[in-house]
Amino acid sequence: MSSDRPARRIRSGHAMLTAHGEPWVWLTAASLAIAIAMIVGLLAFIAVRGLATFWPVPMERFTLADGRALLGEVTEREAAVTATQQAVGHPARRLVRTGDFDGTGNHYEWIDDTAITAIAQPEWATVVERAEAGRLHGVPKRLLHGEEVVAEGPEGVWAAYRQEHPNARSRALRAQRIDKHDRGELQRRLRAARLAVVQAGIDHGATGTETAAAEAREKSLAETIGGLEQSLDEETARLRGANAGWVVEFETPSGGVAAVPLDGIVRAWQPNRLSLGESLGLYFSRWGEFLADDPREANSAGGVFPAIWGTVTMTLIMALFVAPFGVLAALYLREYAGRGPITTAVRVAINNLAGVPSIVYGAFGLGFFCYVLGAGIDDLFFKASLVADGQPTFGTGGLLWASLTLALLTLPVVIVATEEALSAVPNSMREGSYACGAGKWQTIRRIVLPRALPGIMTGLILAMARGAGEVAPLMLVGVKKLALELPVDGAFPFIHPEREFMHLAYLIYDVGFQSPNSQAARPMVFTITFLLVAIIALLNVAAIWLRSRLRRRFVAQQF
Amino acid sequence: MYDFLVPPRRGITGAEPAMPTVDEPPREAGAPRAGEPPQDRLAAVAAGREVEAEVHDSVLAEPPVLEVDRFNLWYGTKQALHRITMPVPLNKVTALVGPSGCGKSTLLRSVNRLNDLVQSVRITGDMRINGDSIYDPRMDVIELRKRMGMVFQKPNPFPMSIYENVVYSLRIDGETNRAVLDEVCERSLRGAALWDEVKDRLPESALGMSGGQQQRLCIARAIAAEPEVLLLDEPCSALDPIATGKIEDLIQELRGQYSVLMVTHNMQQASRSSDYTAFMYLGRLIEYGATTDIFTKPVLRETEAYVTGRFG
Repeated sequence: MSSDRPARRIRSGHAMLTAHGEPWVWLTAASLAIAIAMIVGLLAFIAVRGLATFWPVPMERFTLADGRALLGEVTEREAAVTATQQAVGHPARRLVRTGDFDGTGNHYEWIDDTAITAIAQPEWATVVERAEAGRLHGVPKRLLHGEEVVAEGPEGVWAAYRQEHPNARSRALRAQRIDKHDRGELQRRLRAARLAVVQAGIDHGATGTETAAAEAREKSLAETIGGLEQSLDEETARLRGANAGWVVEFETPSGGVAAVPLDGIVRAWQPNRLSLGESLGLYFSRWGEFLADDPREANSAGGVFPAIWGTVTMTLIMALFVAPFGVLAALYLREYAGRGPITTAVRVAINNLAGVPSIVYGAFGLGFFCYVLGAGIDDLFFKASLVADGQPTFGTGGLLWASLTLALLTLPVVIVATEEALSAVPNSMREGSYACGAGKWQTIRRIVLPRALPGIMTGLILAMARGAGEVAPLMLVGVKKLALELPVDGAFPFIHPEREFMHLAYLIYDVGFQSPNSQAARPMVFTITFLLVAIIALLNVAAIWLRSRLRRRFVAQQF
Repeated sequence: MYDFLVPPRRGITGAEPAMPTVDEPPREAGAPRAGEPPQDRLAAVAAGREVEAEVHDSVLAEPPVLEVDRFNLWYGTKQALHRITMPVPLNKVTALVGPSGCGKSTLLRSVNRLNDLVQSVRITGDMRINGDSIYDPRMDVIELRKRMGMVFQKPNPFPMSIYENVVYSLRIDGETNRAVLDEVCERSLRGAALWDEVKDRLPESALGMSGGQQQRLCIARAIAAEPEVLLLDEPCSALDPIATGKIEDLIQELRGQYSVLMVTHNMQQASRSSDYTAFMYLGRLIEYGATTDIFTKPVLRETEAYVTGRFG
């Protein structure tokens, strides 16, 4: 019998690659290593470029062979690769941020090393960040108040500047705030009264007593506001008058003189004189402005606070919408729906929905939420605005519609993750609960949901991460290049879901590629990108922290 | 000719010599056909013929808490239980034994209608608990399950504290009176011989307990609602011998207070712990009587062959 059996040869393990499989270990490990390297590289690149933006760089003065002189920061160097390259006129060169937009129309300039005749580091070279027209590089010359020369020479000017500038700047900011905020508030009240008149006209006819009363109220309000505006005018005139005449003169590298109004200087510093502590102080003060202020100069300078606010509120409202809908839908699909072709079809459809390009959701949001739902709401509740000045309230893009569109976009992620989490709850738990006489809903609420909650939270985290970084659909349903009125603020009723808003991801696109001044804004692009990544990471960390808390609470329930 | 004698899992060939072709019991109902060993009920069952169960008079003399009445059950088109008729005595421990796949667990899960959750299940016949029909359309299945307690093969404590696990059935009934909950918790844990081990860590997660403790916790949870019948589905199969011993001791203590219907694979456990034993094979009840009778002088040779370990 045994002689019929084919001989079985025992092969040496060393000869068999598939058995021991070290190459496969190396292959899988290498794949992971490459993936990690790519992610770390991406983050490191963004972090280095983003964090470096606000660090003061030393300034150099270049005298060129053609007689010109430049004062600026070297931001990039390009080495001549070969001698032949040098021979054909491609020498080493450097990119200098000259801040000479007024003179040359450029913020940056490439200088060939061969064209440089002298390099100096002037002690008093000053970077002036102006409220309008960008940067200026120069050396302080004189500080004037009207005809009177208050100070002369770099040192004297600088000391006087340090003394006078904070007051002048705060006066300018106060006047600006009155113009932007207080006057806007008065206009809003006036418009509300106007709308009340129109509404009364719609409700009671143009000749009704209510209409007349509303008109009377509008009239009296207009008088009050006229008085208030006059006092605002006086206040701004006083503030601006106090600043008038204060001018700082800077000597530009080409020998000219640039005069800058004192209150038009946001900040100025001499990078070549800064100690480390002063550099740090400047660095953080610029970060502070970036995080807390409104943007200036077509978003290329100043802060991004409205965009941070818009991104965070939109993401949170989206999560608020998507979490209950997604979880309830997944509960029905997994716990109640029978197994059959329809359930399978629904499940497949949901999975496919996750792969639909996001702009499609944007088009749907615009077409349905804004133009159908929003227009309907306007027609019912905000007709006065349409009649008065043709302005839609909900019938255009806004925070609410953007959040809903993104909720729709991320719904499949939440449903799929929740279903996974629900199916991971062992059936023995459900049976144990049923055997105790619990109903289906009691079992779901007391046993299944707590067990599945960490998984559901994971899905929600993924959804938030995806939603916070989405740009394409938002462009259609409410994100604007500039929207200084925040969707959630201190003005009654505090939440304004109809308002358009700013978004960091859209800001990256806008500043980087749509700005007329994109060259100057390039460092900002990386900073905003870094900020966006940081905010999404922060939201995720918060959600993960919440998840671990819930996990602890539900596993070891205290009483 | 003996091909059909081979049960689905393990052959009974080892038992063949122990089943002589003489000594046919007089109460044999499945009419044997010519040419087949007439007394071989297992073969007849495997061939799909009706075989009358051998139910001892001692069982019928007991007052029943649960009556299974001509109960048939199908999974889709496959019939899993064939005309089971058996009374389960009040305040006694009844063990269901039989080889794997014989329908013991299915029968147990039919008692509290857990099989309702399986879509393809179809049944005929009925069961009655203390006279109330279990499969009556008017019977509220949630109400029904509250009258029974069940313990599963693998311990399945809920992801909550020990305390909340025990009082779960009261919680879902909306009981919020702390005094009542505390009393029930202590009584149930004492009843499950667990109180002394866990009384200082009631608020801790039940998932941190050992397997044997978890199973006793499940028993505490099952007896917290004062069930009319306690269903144990192989309660020791996932436990080590020491934990098994503790559960068996516990079953001994429950004896007389609760009516217990227990599925087990372990013959020693059945003989040690139960008052009555039912032997099932391929979805049919074969013999049912007092445990001492089943293990020492069964009426049927097939039963003897199974309980002495010669097949199954």
